Amino acid sequence: MTKYIIKRILLAVLTVFIIAAITFFLMHAVPGGPFNREKALSEATVKALNERYGLDKPLVSQFFLYLKGILKGDFGVSLKNGREISAIFKESFPISCKLGLMAIAVALLIGTVLGSIAALMRNKLPDRIIIFLTTLLTSIPSFILATFLLLIFCILLGWVPVWSANSNNYVLPVCALAAYPMAYTTRLAKSSMLDALGQDYIRTARAKGVKKFMIIFKHALRNSLIPVITYAGPQIAYIITGSMVIEHVFTIGGIGSKFVSAIGNRDYTLIMATTIFLAVLMVAATLICDIVYKLVDPRIKFD
Amino acid sequence: MEKYDPNQTPKKRPLSLQLDVSAFEKATEEEKKQQDVMSESTTFLKDGLKRLRRNKLSMFGIIVLILVLLSITVAPSIVPYGYEEILSVEGKRDKGAKNLKPFTYSKAEQNYIKKGGERFPHIFGTDEQCRDYFIRVIYGTRVSLTVGFFASIIVLIIGMIYGSISGYAGGRVDMIMMRIVDIIYSLPDMLMVILLSVVLGSRISLPKTSFLGKMGPNMLSLFIVFGLLYWVGMARLIRGQILSIKENDYVLAAKATGSSSGRIIRRHILPNCLSVIIVSTALQIPSAIFTESYLSFIGLGVQAPMPSLGSLANAARGGLQTYPYKLVFPAAMICLIVLSLNLLGDGLRDAFDPKLRR
Repeated sequence: MTKYIIKRILLAVLTVFIIAAITFFLMHAVPGGPFNREKALSEATVKALNERYGLDKPLVSQFFLYLKGILKGDFGVSLKNGREISAIFKESFPISCKLGLMAIAVALLIGTVLGSIAALMRNKLPDRIIIFLTTLLTSIPSFILATFLLLIFCILLGWVPVWSANSNNYVLPVCALAAYPMAYTTRLAKSSMLDALGQDYIRTARAKGVKKFMIIFKHALRNSLIPVITYAGPQIAYIITGSMVIEHVFTIGGIGSKFVSAIGNRDYTLIMATTIFLAVLMVAATLICDIVYKLVDPRIKFD
Repeated sequence: MEKYDPNQTPKKRPLSLQLDVSAFEKATEEEKKQQDVMSESTTFLKDGLKRLRRNKLSMFGIIVLILVLLSITVAPSIVPYGYEEILSVEGKRDKGAKNLKPFTYSKAEQNYIKKGGERFPHIFGTDEQCRDYFIRVIYGTRVSLTVGFFASIIVLIIGMIYGSISGYAGGRVDMIMMRIVDIIYSLPDMLMVILLSVVLGSRISLPKTSFLGKMGPNMLSLFIVFGLLYWVGMARLIRGQILSIKENDYVLAAKATGSSSGRIIRRHILPNCLSVIIVSTALQIPSAIFTESYLSFIGLGVQAPMPSLGSLANAARGGLQTYPYKLVFPAAMICLIVLSLNLLGDGLRDAFDPKLRR
């Protein structure tokens, strides 16, 4: 077990390192340096600035300097407004985090409930309705769903105020963000619930006269949750990329919308820092889910 | 020796195990019919297609797809406008044809029609740059479908070659190849697409006349990323299939008769995992269309003036309050295409995947 965890952590660290390297070197392949202005600076100034920020060193040692900075929590400075990127993160990450966690909670909760209902009422009307709705939801890109929610509930009906500094209504963004993972979780929960219901221990429990309620909650549901947990890792990755467009549509000042606007105005240092930051989050989420998966299910062998 | 008479019951000898035929009843005509072979002998493909035809949802998907394909091939030759053509009446630029509602005409066009001229209706209206919106949606659908299709083909080819080598070779080679896959698999694909688009967009200039040149560097980077990252899922799938198929006796027989490895992979192994390949390719297309529209939406998609469904939807957000229908058309198109591809993919899986048969 310990061996497995150590192996996984090492692989995760390697992945993060590779991502950081790819990001760093790709971003440095972009033409133009940080001191290219419309009004050209004098050569001496550029040289002094380069020395000040360590830009005169070879690229590889610059990379390691950058990594060292990241480990200390220093992501450098935004190219466009000169703000500390770590300050931007500190201010925008809590919003994204709240949005993402709410969305994943909604997705997992509703998805499991709907999936279980569909499995228990297999081939009946509720099952058909649920499966039809989830198929429909998986076919709508999240940004289109978000835009329609915004159009219908904010603009046409006026039920929910548009996002601003003094009205933080998370309902619509969470709905838009949770839709796809919820639909996926529902399908997953349905198939794993069906799988669990067909097992011998369920038949044994039924033969012993255990009440249906107990069978469902104690035996079937607990076992059917395992694949749902495993898939939570990729779900988090989806939520992170999905929140970029959702935040952009609802004009929420989270880390995702900062990323999209950084792409828009080619703020390379901010793009680089955000990519690495989000990638670390995704890798960490997958790592934790994998380990939890192994802890939860004692049937899985450790290799 | 007694002569055998089929109509007469033979005599039962005492203590013999011979059946007492007189205890049996003759089958009626109806019962005899039950023994007839009702269905013709079928092949794997025929059987699968029959199952597919019985699946109403998949048939709906196929019909929608055929309609979409027909309209995107036929419409450009019927509608007299181009996707980047700014509307003009009698050679003069029609400045009033901005943001027209569906099936309406601008003032200049109305005058022209009054004078007896013919004008093709703007089925979806026009956009803010006085271009016919219907033809833009049609071209956007073309672009999105093309991107989805080619990205899936790239994934299919690379994944198939890599997966079959890895699965067939086994042992050390397999382990090393799969470690590489593990690492690529853990890279966050969407972030990498964005990153590569940002970089390539500033580095590459393509010849404007070529197909890719019109689509812009972002689409090239989308294809590159699909070629670099997205094939790993397919490779894993095919490797798993091959690992189980290569244990079969016919592979052993082929080896014994001296077939080369390449021939065994091509002739014996790949045809047997064809169903899995078809199904996952069918499901790959909608995900590629999703990726493309996502990128277009955050401004890293096809190059203007070439439209794609994602970039049309993004552009429509500007006048959302006044012209909501401009969002509805491309959005409905994406949803229809992805929905019908998903339904078709699910149906193909149910029809061709033997493991799911009950």
